[in-house]
Amino acid sequence: MTQVLDPPVGLSPPPVARRTARRKALLEWTAVHSLGIAAALFFTLPFVFVVLTSLMSDQQALTRDLVPDTWEWDNYRKVLDTPGFLTWWRNTLLYAGLGTVLTVVSSIPVAYALAKFRFRGRNVTLMLVISMMMLPPQVIIIPMYLFWAKQLDLSGTLSPLIIPMAFGDAFSIFLLRQFLMTIPNEYLDAARVDGCGELRTLVRVVLPMAKPGIAAVALFQFFYAWNDYFGPQIYASENPGAWTLSYGLESFKGAHHTDWNLTMAATVLVMAPVILVFFFAQKAFVEGVTLTGVKG
Amino acid sequence: MSTHPLRAKRRRSALRTVAFLSPWLIGFGVFFAYPLVSTVYFSLMKYDGFGTPVFRGLGNWAYVFYDYPLFWPALRNTLWLVLVMVTCRVVFGLGIGLLITKIRTGAGVFRTLFYLPYLAPPVAATLAFVFLLNPGTGPVNSVLGDLGLPTPGWFTDPAWSKPALTALALWGVGDLMVIFMAALLDVPKEQYEAAELDGTSAWQRFRYVTLPNISPIVMFAVVTGVIQTMQYYTQPLVAGKVASGIIGGSGQQFEPGYPDKSTLTLPQLVYNLGFQRFDYGSACVVALVLFALAMAFTALLMRRRGGLIQAGD
Repeated sequence: MTQVLDPPVGLSPPPVARRTARRKALLEWTAVHSLGIAAALFFTLPFVFVVLTSLMSDQQALTRDLVPDTWEWDNYRKVLDTPGFLTWWRNTLLYAGLGTVLTVVSSIPVAYALAKFRFRGRNVTLMLVISMMMLPPQVIIIPMYLFWAKQLDLSGTLSPLIIPMAFGDAFSIFLLRQFLMTIPNEYLDAARVDGCGELRTLVRVVLPMAKPGIAAVALFQFFYAWNDYFGPQIYASENPGAWTLSYGLESFKGAHHTDWNLTMAATVLVMAPVILVFFFAQKAFVEGVTLTGVKG
Repeated sequence: MSTHPLRAKRRRSALRTVAFLSPWLIGFGVFFAYPLVSTVYFSLMKYDGFGTPVFRGLGNWAYVFYDYPLFWPALRNTLWLVLVMVTCRVVFGLGIGLLITKIRTGAGVFRTLFYLPYLAPPVAATLAFVFLLNPGTGPVNSVLGDLGLPTPGWFTDPAWSKPALTALALWGVGDLMVIFMAALLDVPKEQYEAAELDGTSAWQRFRYVTLPNISPIVMFAVVTGVIQTMQYYTQPLVAGKVASGIIGGSGQQFEPGYPDKSTLTLPQLVYNLGFQRFDYGSACVVALVLFALAMAFTALLMRRRGGLIQAGD
């Protein structure tokens, strides 16, 4: 990935032409990489300013200064000591962790059937899955809220957000189905000839081959739960003990409206885990993005 | 000849299919079909969550279209976002995708840096941008001021709040970058070589080789962008709430769509009507408008080149 460029040279043109070609390639290299650095600044400077501000003193964070005079690492301890912050962490991990497991387990068989079974209504089913995937969650929120809050009395908890994940998530089903389509049928047929039922074929043969797809789905689902704001806003807002980080972060800003330094420290603490997870699972993630977009 | 064994086999395979689909079948019924029907029902009812719903006919529809002061501003904002934000994102995403395919030195590092902001949790990213773009002391206006450039009010100025949201959306363009990058790498090399032999300029190669090859992906990016705009909720809501807190102190009693309704989107209206005004009926009307728009564009997406559905077997 980091090969140093020797500008490509043609077969064997006359020396003068070769020199102009070389110069042109060098020029292009410089132009491309200058643009690349400019773009990199656009993408990274917001992070840099957020981190720098998170380390300023209360007073300095209210000035136009860009770099802290004194580095206040204590800000992070203050944020972690804020009542509730650790509870939001725990709730977020519960929502994201349990939700991801449930989603993966319930979505795999559905995706497998859609990718590998022949049955009447398969295309209709797939179209319905895609429609569910594209449905803004606000469309059905009124009946869903009445269902969870009035009939099951579960508002103020995260159950209304976690339980539905046991019934397949449209996006995960779609992504997994796209992935399973790429597994050649010969493998399945071989297993069937050996006398495996569909369930055993799925568990013994397909799942080991589908690991990258499953990893991508799990990651996306984890990030979805981590980032979700609307769900906790509807179901958990009345009970701070059930808040998640994304929801709590905004109220944190409300309570510390002049303390940009603490707000930015809290922002860093919400962003950091996602970015860490990404670095460990970069490949699976990028693969997932490409799969939903291009394949099919 | 008896067809019995065949029929039994067919029944078994149908049962097997239903078994595999069962999580989704339940989910589809309980979390999609039932609430959709129920939304239609409530859109005709007057209901505040207590007592029994009272039939109101098309009264809620008339209220939303004629008397609800936030509906048309939200629809206008959505149109603005579709025309400007989606276009900017697709063009910028394609540009960054092209750039990353040309970068030879340190390509992996650049790609990661370009992609990372896409992962920033929306609430955190929005808070960061409200801070970066805060009109008085934010880093962006500090730099602009030092350069003698105008310093807009960004999230506090109705004329600049949507451009500020667009900046936030461009920062998170990593998803499109990856998709365009993959598409660009798929363009057959021979076509470029042939075009180069013909003495074409770089622009002509882009226009006559690259674009025709990637046009399905551009279409895909535009349509999914429009669908995402229909769902655009967290960023404009949080930006409005937090920015109004800068001016008015606590962000708790916030004015929807601050400043001056300029950040309202349709999903926010469902929240405003349903959970702030407790007018569930009218909230369901807006929900159905949102549903119709989202499904219209989804249909467009599925019709495209056999759509997302490739023949399985």
